[in-house]
Amino acid sequence: MAGVQLVKVTKNFGSVVAVDDFSLDIADKEFMVLLGPSGCGKSTVLRMIAGLEAPTSGEVFIGDHLMNGVAPKDRDVAMVFQSYALYPHKTVRANIEFPLKTRGVDTKLRAAAVADAAAVLGLADLLDRKPGQLSGGQRQRVALARALVRDPQVFCMDEPLSNLDAKLRGETRSELVALHQRLGSTFVYVTHDQVEAMTMGSRIAVIVAGVLQQVGSPTDVYDRPANIFVATFLGTPPMNIFPAQLFEAGEHSVGVRPEHVRFVDSHSGGVEATIRLVEHLGHEVHVTGVLADGTVVVARHGGEEASPRSGDTVTVSAEARHRHRFDVSGRRLA
Amino acid sequence: MFRRRGDGLIASAMLAPAIAILSIFVVYPLGRAVWLGHLRCDATGRKCRTSGWMQYFDVLRSSDFQHALKVTFVYALLTVPAGLVIGVGLAVLADKQIRGIGFFRTIFSSTVATSVAVASLIWFVLLQPQVGLLPDMLSMFGVMKNPGLLNDAGTALPAIAITSIWANLGFTFIIVTAALQSIPAELFESAMMDGAGGWKRFTNVTIPMLSPTLLFVSVVLVTRAFQAYAEVDLLTKGGPNPERSTETVTYLIYGQTSLVKNDIGLKSTTAVLLFVILLVLSLVQFRSLERRVHYGN
Repeated sequence: MAGVQLVKVTKNFGSVVAVDDFSLDIADKEFMVLLGPSGCGKSTVLRMIAGLEAPTSGEVFIGDHLMNGVAPKDRDVAMVFQSYALYPHKTVRANIEFPLKTRGVDTKLRAAAVADAAAVLGLADLLDRKPGQLSGGQRQRVALARALVRDPQVFCMDEPLSNLDAKLRGETRSELVALHQRLGSTFVYVTHDQVEAMTMGSRIAVIVAGVLQQVGSPTDVYDRPANIFVATFLGTPPMNIFPAQLFEAGEHSVGVRPEHVRFVDSHSGGVEATIRLVEHLGHEVHVTGVLADGTVVVARHGGEEASPRSGDTVTVSAEARHRHRFDVSGRRLA
Repeated sequence: MFRRRGDGLIASAMLAPAIAILSIFVVYPLGRAVWLGHLRCDATGRKCRTSGWMQYFDVLRSSDFQHALKVTFVYALLTVPAGLVIGVGLAVLADKQIRGIGFFRTIFSSTVATSVAVASLIWFVLLQPQVGLLPDMLSMFGVMKNPGLLNDAGTALPAIAITSIWANLGFTFIIVTAALQSIPAELFESAMMDGAGGWKRFTNVTIPMLSPTLLFVSVVLVTRAFQAYAEVDLLTKGGPNPERSTETVTYLIYGQTSLVKNDIGLKSTTAVLLFVILLVLSLVQFRSLERRVHYGN
């Protein structure tokens, strides 16, 4: 097994800079999630690790080996694609054994490896079917089996859950985490879904416009966002951003997570807001209000608490310890 | 079933033009040809006398028909596999995102806009023993220059086959190029990750994903080979004689060397037999190749 290191990697497509001066250390056996909005360059980073794209500049290491110029097949990296990219004309068995067949692995060893992978992923009864006869979840498992049958150093996964329905996505999330623990391999996982990132990753690398914004554990990134982008990208509903003057002195911005917005007595300080929308989600309630200057504030609290009603005027506040401070350029202060 | 009577009337009205055109240009001529097949007629086609339905078997057993059928089969064998291989090869080569590839795609597909007559004339000039380029080039390798490829009984059919392969190349190239572009790039990337080199990607991804297109193109090429007439008429007129080494079935029906010239009854018999043979051949192609064809999910 091996870690992955990207050193000052840049990737240009013509005049478009897809990835800009990107450096990241992924430790051996780590589950690293590359998180960002669509088009931010996270898949390009993954494809450069896999060898499907060549960096315009910079270096990619797997283990201690420089991978620039090394063909994908020689990197010992397996990839699970968003569309699964299963060979539709081959059976599940033939799909899973294909990476071994191309490497000239003996028939008996191939059969044993396919049986093992199929057993791990619950595909033993489906080996003679074609991908077209499988459900989305089963196809996803075949793609995983094809990746793990090679026992690669690094698994690259490009939004592998995005084609599954919400229920199956939740189930597969936990199965992938279990698989990572069981295999003890390095996983690099691309997603735009913050729930996947928060629940699966050992660490999260947040990317926007090809630039790495922050790397850290899910708790770090959520509790101490490096800038306003990260702060507002992670969390549902996103963090509220206010001018500092509403709460304290200074020219900076103050960020408050919706779960830390409190409705308080008008005499105990705070800012007045008019409630515009109350959304009951069962286990929690989202309350959207508008301040006098037009700033939107969203509060989130447990479903059992009493909620204001639409049209009410309330006073909102946040404890000082729950306020995130960002300078004028959007970077975190202290 | 139609939910309302009105739906049936509207459906009939909408189908009527297609039914009328098919009836006038396909069903009636076919029925008429089958009917004419038991007649022998004079040159005008108006004075006919019955010759009996056994005429179909007589033609089947005739040495003229068997010779023409053999020539046609050989011609199909010469043109179809080679045309398919070259067309697919060029399409795969041109399926690259590199600067200037559009120029080559235009060149490779240009023969689709070239009529058989023009293609035949171009190759007639190229194959001419006096002025043609090819005989000169071949003579450098010891292949005889005279009497010329088109005038030699052993080389005339392959020479026409080259013309046909060239003329059909644009069709094969365009169809296969379109099919190649519909193959998801991720399948090739996945195969690269799985350790497949260029040839294994070609045999494990490209060919299986192209299989419905290849079946379609091969059926069309076989049909075209069995209908070859203009190139034979323009290049060799069924000769060289007396071997009649390029006399295909279609040329037997229409051609100048035909012994049954102007007998519309006998020509119809031969035409219907050609139709039946092509139908059986197409069914055999579908049946034998369909197991290997993947039609997607």
